[in-house]
Amino acid sequence: MSDRPKLELRGVHKAYGDKPVLNGIDLTVDEHEVVCLIGPSGCGKSTLLRCVDLLDPIDAGQILLDGDDISARGVDANDIRRRIGIVFQSFNLFPHMTVLDNVTLGPRRAQGVEKRDAETRAVELLERFGLGDKVHEYPNRISGGQNQRAAIVRALMGDPEILLLDEVTSALDPELVGEVLAVIRDLAERGLTMVLATHEMGFARDVANRVCFLDGGQVLEQGPPTALFTSPQQPRTQQFLQRVIEAGRL
Amino acid sequence: MSLHGPPTSEIDLDGEGEPPRRRLLSSTSALLQEEGAKAAIVAVVSTLAFFGLATLLILSSPNWPRVRDQFFNPDDFAKAAPDVVRGFWLNLELFAKSMLVIPILALIVAVMRSLRGPAFFPIRLIAVLFTDIFRGIPLILLVLLLGFGVPALQIDFLPRSAEFWGLSALALSYSAYTAEIYRSGIDAVPESQRSSARALGLTQWQAMRFAILPQAVRNVVPALMNTVVSLQKDVALVSILGIREAVREAQIYTSRTFNYTSYLVATLLFLAISIPLTRFVDWYTARDRRLRSQAQV
Repeated sequence: MSDRPKLELRGVHKAYGDKPVLNGIDLTVDEHEVVCLIGPSGCGKSTLLRCVDLLDPIDAGQILLDGDDISARGVDANDIRRRIGIVFQSFNLFPHMTVLDNVTLGPRRAQGVEKRDAETRAVELLERFGLGDKVHEYPNRISGGQNQRAAIVRALMGDPEILLLDEVTSALDPELVGEVLAVIRDLAERGLTMVLATHEMGFARDVANRVCFLDGGQVLEQGPPTALFTSPQQPRTQQFLQRVIEAGRL
Repeated sequence: MSLHGPPTSEIDLDGEGEPPRRRLLSSTSALLQEEGAKAAIVAVVSTLAFFGLATLLILSSPNWPRVRDQFFNPDDFAKAAPDVVRGFWLNLELFAKSMLVIPILALIVAVMRSLRGPAFFPIRLIAVLFTDIFRGIPLILLVLLLGFGVPALQIDFLPRSAEFWGLSALALSYSAYTAEIYRSGIDAVPESQRSSARALGLTQWQAMRFAILPQAVRNVVPALMNTVVSLQKDVALVSILGIREAVREAQIYTSRTFNYTSYLVATLLFLAISIPLTRFVDWYTARDRRLRSQAQV
């Protein structure tokens, strides 16, 4: 294990048009660490994850993946994306492909893995996450929770150095949230480095090594979950957590 | 509530104690059925009345006997038919050939236009110019310009056959339209699908090829099939280049005999293809819509 952080953001700025979304984000994520991003809607959680996966270019600052500056000019974005896994709120499986084809598309086309090898590994992972009998189903024939688990498998197929999860339970019916959280918990226990944007405070408290509160495009406060959830220092954090508690989400 | 004569034990199902017959008639579905029968009768009567009146109007017009001889003459029909039918084979051949070119050319233009990033600007520009120009010129003008203009240039390596240039005009014009149909299909695929494809490390082209295009094409199949129907008819426009397809043959017959029945032959031939084609498009579109609404579990 190296002592340099797996992921490091230095003064990252990002605006959509003239609306600033990220206002100088500084964040480090160590190897095997699970970091949860919390904060009100529009605080920049999703944008931060999209920027790390180079899906949106940043305006200023630096993003380092295992010491490599991936925000520099001339970096092969496709190469970087193969090192990072990302899962979206709305699963985004390709509707015209079976679960198996969805999951093997990346390895086969982007990484040149043989079809047979990709499929062997895919079936193995799908079985591990309880989707063994859904391998040949189309996404619209399985539940939201199964979709999201398949999407997680798809992101894991390339053995990513880090997994980004963008509110992966927000689009799910309440009774399906648990099965997806169980998968993430399993991954955390296996030591996968993860950054989660989440509204599931209880889950963040259980699974995170560190929780970051984002507001106004900045990391306003961060710390171990017990500290942050029980004695937040910043008034904005206190206010936010107060509302979350009132809503019965913590 | 049953329509098939409920057994006695069920008579008091809704406790009104009415005789089964009356209940049957008062039930909603029975009413609907009665309405349906009434509607069918109304439809038949009004249709007969309409077409009866129209026929009467035509048959009683002062010039009908002349028109009948001019347009509906059985002898001329039999005499014109062999040439017009032979010409129609050429229509079908040109139709088939353009069907090979148009979908591919249009797809290339649509994909060119959907490429992102400043480096692809020239490619996008070419695609935009292509669609703007070939969609902007009336097809008949394009046929004339290419069909008479290009061979007149006498460039050695270019073909000079009217057929080739007529076909090119059709292909260019229809590709421009079809490219726009494809593009609307591409635009209708949610942005998140592109994000997920790129997130897997696929290149822009791979994301297009494996994730976007299959969905885009499925989106626009009904629209594409409508274009096929109209292409089938527009093939006749190459007749102005003197190509002896069905319409041209009919014209030749007319100028020889001053009888227009040959046009009726051509009309029936086109209808024989386009009506089944249109029915098929409607059936396919309805089926596609049904399958899609079922799929949304």
